[in-house]
Amino acid sequence: MTTEALTTAAAAEPIVPGAPPPQPLWLDFWRGIADDNPVMIQMLGLCPAMAISNQLANGLGMGAATIFVLVCSSLLISMLRSVIPNEVRLATYILIIATFVTISDLVMQAYFPLLSKTLGPFVPLIVVNCIILGRAEAFAGKVKPARAAADAFGMGIGFTLALCTISAFREVVGSGMLLGYSIFGPNYEPWVFMIMPPGGFLTMGLMFLVMGWWGERKKAKRAEVHA
Amino acid sequence: MSGHQHGAPAASTPDAGSSTARLLITLAFFGSLAGAVLAYTYQKTLTPIRKFAGEKVEIAVKEVLGSPARLDTLFLVGDTLSRTVPAGVDKLEATKVFIAFNDKGERTGVAVEEAAPGFANEVRLMVGFNPATRALTGFKVLAQSETPGLGDKIQKDSSFVARFVGKLVNPLKGDKNPTTDPSTVQTITGATITSKAVIKVINKAVDTWKPRLDAFAKEGGQ
Repeated sequence: MTTEALTTAAAAEPIVPGAPPPQPLWLDFWRGIADDNPVMIQMLGLCPAMAISNQLANGLGMGAATIFVLVCSSLLISMLRSVIPNEVRLATYILIIATFVTISDLVMQAYFPLLSKTLGPFVPLIVVNCIILGRAEAFAGKVKPARAAADAFGMGIGFTLALCTISAFREVVGSGMLLGYSIFGPNYEPWVFMIMPPGGFLTMGLMFLVMGWWGERKKAKRAEVHA
Repeated sequence: MSGHQHGAPAASTPDAGSSTARLLITLAFFGSLAGAVLAYTYQKTLTPIRKFAGEKVEIAVKEVLGSPARLDTLFLVGDTLSRTVPAGVDKLEATKVFIAFNDKGERTGVAVEEAAPGFANEVRLMVGFNPATRALTGFKVLAQSETPGLGDKIQKDSSFVARFVGKLVNPLKGDKNPTTDPSTVQTITGATITSKAVIKVINKAVDTWKPRLDAFAKEGGQ
């Protein structure tokens, strides 16, 4: 490709190496929830998924904060993708992400103080959640804002769903409650182990086992159809 | 990508690379924009955040003292108590003691904030006691990060908190067995260190604050 052709192409729609192939918006959205779930399939963001997943309320709060940061930063990064010089893109991405994270941390402290206290340092730590920088670098920086937002929203929902599954299971088994309401009544002896860190590893391992089995089964069925 | 020798994506930079000036300007621009946005958010959220901190203390005080007819606040200046906020100190940040009176104007109890190291981190309590009898009126956990399911029972298990009410601090002791001793409380199974930390905080609160309160009373204050 000559420089001239490149410049003309860049004027119309910048050619971005490694850009995701075009597909309908709902597929961009759906990918993060099912086929490419950040926690279950990509195995990203496991640190918050492990650390705060002992109560469903934490899962919901963390999920909401992450969706906010993910959607806002992906949208902004996608809109600014032709302004941000390639050499400093990562620094700029992190700056944008950190700004949104700090906003969500301050807003949570102000309006959801109890939740903010239980989540503790894990809200500021969303800055280093690799799902967010990962989506910015692999997707948002290379596509139009609508696709970036759809993808970010899907990934955020996928992350929240995974977090809520883990935390609901751990809360029910580990304390006999869900969102603070008793499920099994006063005679249930809580399996305290489940709300402590080892319980997180166990729950996550079990979940990956189920996901793996399900994925294999799906693959086998597809092979059967093709055969 | 075949035409390019370097793997660098040619996204918005058809030329070899951006000039240093452009990089600097971009980063400086985004940096100052982020700073401005954050300064605005900080200012907007400061009031509710501080309001909550104040409310939290107020709720804790009422909980450990019962709802008193009158509640006075004294501030610590150096090692003596004063009715006014020391100069140059923020009212919310100043060390305070809350004094409860019944409707006859008699002092029924005081509430103070005190902390000691627990199993994982500092255990910070609001301790309510009657300085005349050294009897506890209650305590409330303000901050703790003890083991979920074990140590955090000091906050979540109301029966543990209830064990302390009426106990005499001269000084308070812990025992793993149920007890009827007026100065001993039963510790939590599996959370001995955290239970002991609570006892330590309470002893510390009474030992540090009773002399100060007595000195204040002697000087004519109540």
